[in-house]
Amino acid sequence: MKFSLEWLKYFLDTDASVDEVAAKLNAIGFEVEDIDDPAQKLEGFVVAEVLTATPHPQADKLQVLTVDTGKGEPLQVVCGAPNARAGMKGVLGMAGAVVPANGMQLKKAELRGVESNGMMCSSRELELGDDHDGIIELAGDAPVGTPFAEFHGASPVIDISVNPNRPDCMGVYGIARDLAAAGLGTFKPFAVPAIGGDYPCPVEIRTDDPEGCPAFYGRVIRAVGNGQSPGWMQARLIAAGQRPISALVDITNYVMLAFGRPAHAYDLAKLNGAVVARRAKAGEQVLALNEKTYALDETMTVIADDTGVHDIAGIMGGEHSGCSENTSDVLLEIAYFEPERIGATGRALGIASDARTRFERGVDPAFLDDGLAILTDLILRICGGTPSDVVRAGAPPSQPKVVSYDPALCRKLGGVDIAEDEQRRILAALDFEVSPDWQVTVPLRRHDIEGAADIVEEVVRIHGLDKVESVALPRHDGVALPTATALQAMERRLRRAAAARGLNEAVTWSFLPVADAEHFAAGAEVWTLANPISEDMKAMRPSLLPGLIAAAKRNVDRGASSLRLFEIGRRYFVADDGSSDERPTLGIVLAGEKTPRGWASGKAVPFDAFDAKAEALALLAEAGAPVDKLQVMGEAGDQFHPGQSATLRLGPKTVLARFGMVHPATARRFDIDVPIAAVEIFLDALPARKDGGAFARAAYAPPALQSVTRDFAFLVPEDLPAGDLVRAVRGADKASIVDARLFDMFAGQGVPDGQKSLAIEVTLQPGEKSFTDEDLKAISEKVTASAAKLGAVLRG
Amino acid sequence: MNYDQLGHEAVARIAAAGDLDALESLRVEFLGKQGSVSALLKTLGGLTPEERKETGPKIHGLRESVSDALAARKADLEAAEMEARLATETIDLTLPAPDTPKGSIHPVSQVMDELAEIFADLGFAVATGPEIEDDWHNFTALNMPESHPARAMHDTFYFPEQAGAEKRMLLRTHTSPVQVRTMLERGAPLRIIAPGRVYRSDSDATHTPMFHQVEGLVIDRDIHLGHLKWTLETFLKAFFERDDIVLRLRPSYFPFTEPSVEVDVGFALETGPDGKARRVLGGSGDAPGHAWMELLGSGMVNARVIEFAGLDPSEWQGFAFGVGVDRLAMLKYGMDDLRAFFDGDVRWLRHYGFSAFDQPTLSGGVGARP
Repeated sequence: MKFSLEWLKYFLDTDASVDEVAAKLNAIGFEVEDIDDPAQKLEGFVVAEVLTATPHPQADKLQVLTVDTGKGEPLQVVCGAPNARAGMKGVLGMAGAVVPANGMQLKKAELRGVESNGMMCSSRELELGDDHDGIIELAGDAPVGTPFAEFHGASPVIDISVNPNRPDCMGVYGIARDLAAAGLGTFKPFAVPAIGGDYPCPVEIRTDDPEGCPAFYGRVIRAVGNGQSPGWMQARLIAAGQRPISALVDITNYVMLAFGRPAHAYDLAKLNGAVVARRAKAGEQVLALNEKTYALDETMTVIADDTGVHDIAGIMGGEHSGCSENTSDVLLEIAYFEPERIGATGRALGIASDARTRFERGVDPAFLDDGLAILTDLILRICGGTPSDVVRAGAPPSQPKVVSYDPALCRKLGGVDIAEDEQRRILAALDFEVSPDWQVTVPLRRHDIEGAADIVEEVVRIHGLDKVESVALPRHDGVALPTATALQAMERRLRRAAAARGLNEAVTWSFLPVADAEHFAAGAEVWTLANPISEDMKAMRPSLLPGLIAAAKRNVDRGASSLRLFEIGRRYFVADDGSSDERPTLGIVLAGEKTPRGWASGKAVPFDAFDAKAEALALLAEAGAPVDKLQVMGEAGDQFHPGQSATLRLGPKTVLARFGMVHPATARRFDIDVPIAAVEIFLDALPARKDGGAFARAAYAPPALQSVTRDFAFLVPEDLPAGDLVRAVRGADKASIVDARLFDMFAGQGVPDGQKSLAIEVTLQPGEKSFTDEDLKAISEKVTASAAKLGAVLRG
Repeated sequence: MNYDQLGHEAVARIAAAGDLDALESLRVEFLGKQGSVSALLKTLGGLTPEERKETGPKIHGLRESVSDALAARKADLEAAEMEARLATETIDLTLPAPDTPKGSIHPVSQVMDELAEIFADLGFAVATGPEIEDDWHNFTALNMPESHPARAMHDTFYFPEQAGAEKRMLLRTHTSPVQVRTMLERGAPLRIIAPGRVYRSDSDATHTPMFHQVEGLVIDRDIHLGHLKWTLETFLKAFFERDDIVLRLRPSYFPFTEPSVEVDVGFALETGPDGKARRVLGGSGDAPGHAWMELLGSGMVNARVIEFAGLDPSEWQGFAFGVGVDRLAMLKYGMDDLRAFFDGDVRWLRHYGFSAFDQPTLSGGVGARP
C-alpha cells in the first residue's frame, strides 16, 4: 500500500523524517518495500516566469520564450505549447534535469536553429497528472526561482506491505494510529462531520441477505456536479497509485485509501425501484466496471434493483450504474459484508480488487455512519448537491470481543518485561479498553485479535521487538545425544557411500509428464496434479529413474560422454485409504562410457548391466542388507532390457533392488541414444537395522590353520544361471566351504553344443585339524553331488 | 707350492669373469668336486701333523679367498644385470594414470546434514512428514481455515477432489505440517527440525515450483521469544561460522504463530575472488555499507495450532521457524541460480557439490571449505 508522507501527516502530528517514519513502520510490523521521494525526481525543475514569447522564425508551431528563473540573465527556451505566453508562470526544466515521465536528460540544444536552454513542462511530463495539452500554469503569486519540488509540496511516497490480519491499516488513518502508539507523533482523531438530511431518502434500501450483508446503509445526494476532484485529492490519489477519474469516483477511492473503507456511488438515474442486497440467482450475469461479464450463482451476494444486478457486493461495481460526468443524483452505498462470503465469491470469480481485499479481511463494523458522513461531506464540498436522510437496513456486528489478559504474559511469551503502565498506555493508544483487572475490550475493527497471545503481540510489537533479549535454550546435560532415525542414518550413509564410489548426487523434480510417470508406474495409480505449472510437471514420480534419465539426456546434449548420477528421494504412491504412500528410494543412472578410450585401455568401454549390479550390491551392503543371501531374479520391469536386467531379492517376494540395462524403447522415449544402465534400491524394503545399545559384534578369532582352495570345472546346460551353480557349490558343505567364486566361463571348442563350462574356486577352511586327503575327497564328492542336482557334470 | 700366487691368480680370474655362466665355470674349476682347490684340500688327509699344521691354514686360506671372490663377483654381476634390465624397463610417467570418477554430494543434502549436526547439538531431532499432504495438516490445523485469505497466498498445487473424501490432497506448501504431525505423534516437550521438499505453484528467476525448507519447533513449558532469538542466532553463527551475525526481528503475520516474527539478517556486499559482488552475512544491517535481508519467518506457536495438535495450550508453548534450505546453501556457498539446483548438470554438481568426506561434524567443522 502506497501513501504520501503529506497524507500521513494529515492524521499524524509529527516532525519525523521519511526515513524515521520508515524505520518505525518496519519496527511495528509494516514492512517498507520502497520509498519514492519526488523531490529527487524534480531536481532541476524550478518555478519560472515567461517574460517574452515570440514566434519561432523557422517553425509555425514553436515559440521562442525568454524565461526568468530568478537567477542571472533570463534564459532563452523554445516551446511548442499553445498556452505559452508572456506573463505566465510555469515550470522550467533546466539543462541537466531528468524528465520524470520519460527519463530524458535535458540539454542545451538548438531547435530549428534557435538555442534552447531547457524545457517548459506539462503535468504529464512531471508525472503530476494526465494533462499534456499545454504547459503547467502556476498561480500568479508563485515565487520565481523556487525549486518546483518545494513549491509543489511534492511529498515522499512510502510503499508498505500490510499483513492480511490488519485490514484496519489498509487506510492511512489506521497507520497513523499505530505510529502514534509507537511514539512517532500525536494521532489526530478525525472530526467526523455531522450531516443531516434535507429530505427523506427517496430510494428503498433493503438487505434480503442478512447473512452475506448484515448491514446496508445509504443515502441520496441530489444535484451534484461530477467534475474533476481538487488538486490536493488528486495528488494523494496519484501518490497512492490511483488514477484520478472523476470527483465522485475519486471521493469513494479517497475514503477507501484514507480510512480503509470501500463504498460505492450509483448514478441514481440508472436505478429502478428498491435497491436490495440479496443472493444472486443462478444464471444471473453482471457487466462489471472492468468491462468483463461475470456469471453469478446463489452463493454470491449482490446489490440489485428491479432490473438486475448492479454490484458484486464488496468486490466490484457494475458498469451500467456507475457515475459518469453526466451524473446528477447519486445513491451512496456503505455496507458491511461477511468476510468469508466475499473471499469465496472473489475466488470463484477470480476478481482481485481493492474493495475485495479489504472486505474479505474485514472492514471496521463501527465505521458505517462515519464513513457515510465523511463521503457526504466531501461530495457536498466538492460536487455540491443536497443530501437525503440516511437509510439503515440491518445492523453490523456490534458486540466487541473481551479478552482476559495477564500483563505477565509479555514476559512468559514475549520474553520481555514491560511495565504494566506502559502496557496499558500501548493498548489505550491502539483503542483497546482495559479494565482494572485486565479485561481487554477489543475494538471492533481488530478482527485479528482472538486471545491473550494477540494482546502480547500488540504490546511487544509497539514496545519494540528489538528489546527482546536472547535467552539460551536449556541444554541437555552432557554430550549431545544422537538424533537421527535409522532411516535417516542409512540415507546419509548411502549418500556418502555413493559419492565415494564416484557417483554425482542430483536433486530432480518430484513431478514428471504423466506419460513418463505411467510408463514407470507399472500399473500403480499415479498422483496427478489438478493445477500443474505445466504438462511436463503434472504427475508425481513413481520411480527415481525417469528424472535421472532426463537429467542424463540433458547432460548428453551438452556433450557429456560419461554420467554417473544418483538421487535419494521419494517415490509417490496412493495408499489404500487415499493418503500418500511415499517410499524412500535410491536411484542410479550410468550412461555413456564407463571408461573413455585410453592409451593403455584402448577403446572406450560402455556401461553394462554388471556395472549396475556392482553399484546395487555395494550400496545394499552399505545399507546393511545381507548381500550374501540375496537372490538374483527376473522381472525388473518393462523399463529394462528383458535379457539384461534383474531384481535382487531377500526371499522370493521381497524385492530390495532392481538393476540392468534400460530398455531401448524407454531410452528412445527420453530421446537418449547412449547405453544406459540403471539401479533402483527400494530403501523401504530393506530389513531394519537393529538398534539399541548393542555395539558388540559376534565373537570371532581368525582360524589358526590356513585355508586351502580347490578348483572345480563343470559342464552345465547353457541356460543354467551361473549363480545357481555357485550357490549349490557353496552350500555343499557348510562346515568347510567358506567361499565359492566363479572364475571362468567358457563355451565353444571342446564344450558340447548346448552346454557351457563353469569353473569355480572353492575356499575350504579347516577347523581344529588340517584336512586329510580323505576329508578333501569327501568334500569334493559333496560339491560334485550338489552340482549334479543342477545337471552339472564335473569336467575330467 | 706357492699358495699365495695360486690365490692371486684365481681371484684375478674370478674378478675378470664376464658373466654368471663364466663365474659358474670358475666355481666348478676351483671348488667343484674335481676342482683344483678341492683337490688341494683332499691332499691334507695324507700329510703328517707337522706338515698339516703348516700347509693346512694356507690351503684353507686359499679356499676362503676363492670362495669370497666368487661371492663378491656374483653380487657385482647380479647387480649389473639388474641395472641393465631396469634400464630397459623405463616408462613415461607423464602418461595419464587411469581416471577414477569423482563423486559428489548435492549442496542441498550437504546443508541438510550441516543443519542436522548443528541442531543435534542443541537437542533437536530430525522429523519428517509426507510431501503429499491433506489440507487439514497443511492449512486447517495451522489456523488457516478454508476461507482464510492466507490460503490463497500459498500458490498451492492441488490434486483433484475425490468424491466423498473429507480432505483435499495437495503438495505441502511448507514444512509446517510436520509440526502438527510430530506433536500429535510424540506429544511434548519437543525439539525438532523438519527439512524437506516443499512446493509452490510459482516459477521465475528466483522461484522454482519445488524447493527445500527446514522447519524448527520447540515446545516446552516456558519457551518464549527470547529463546527463539537465541536459537536463531546460535544456529546462524554456527552455520556461517561467523560470530558477527546480527539479526533484526520485525513483527509479522503468520496464521500459525502469535506473536509472529520476520527475521532479517545484516549483510554487506563484498567483491568475491571472481570479481563479482556477493552478499556476505555479518554485521548490523544499519552499519555503513550494510543492509538487512529477509531471511526467515518465525514466531510463538499459535495456541490454536497447539490445540489442533492435541496439546493443552495453557500448559505447553513454544516457537517455530521456517527457512529455505536452498537459500541458506546459496548464501553460504555462493550459488546464484536456484534453478540450477534441480537440473542435474554434472558440471554444476562437480563444481558446487561436496566430497563424500566433507561430512559435517562438530569437531571437524560443519562447513566445507573449497
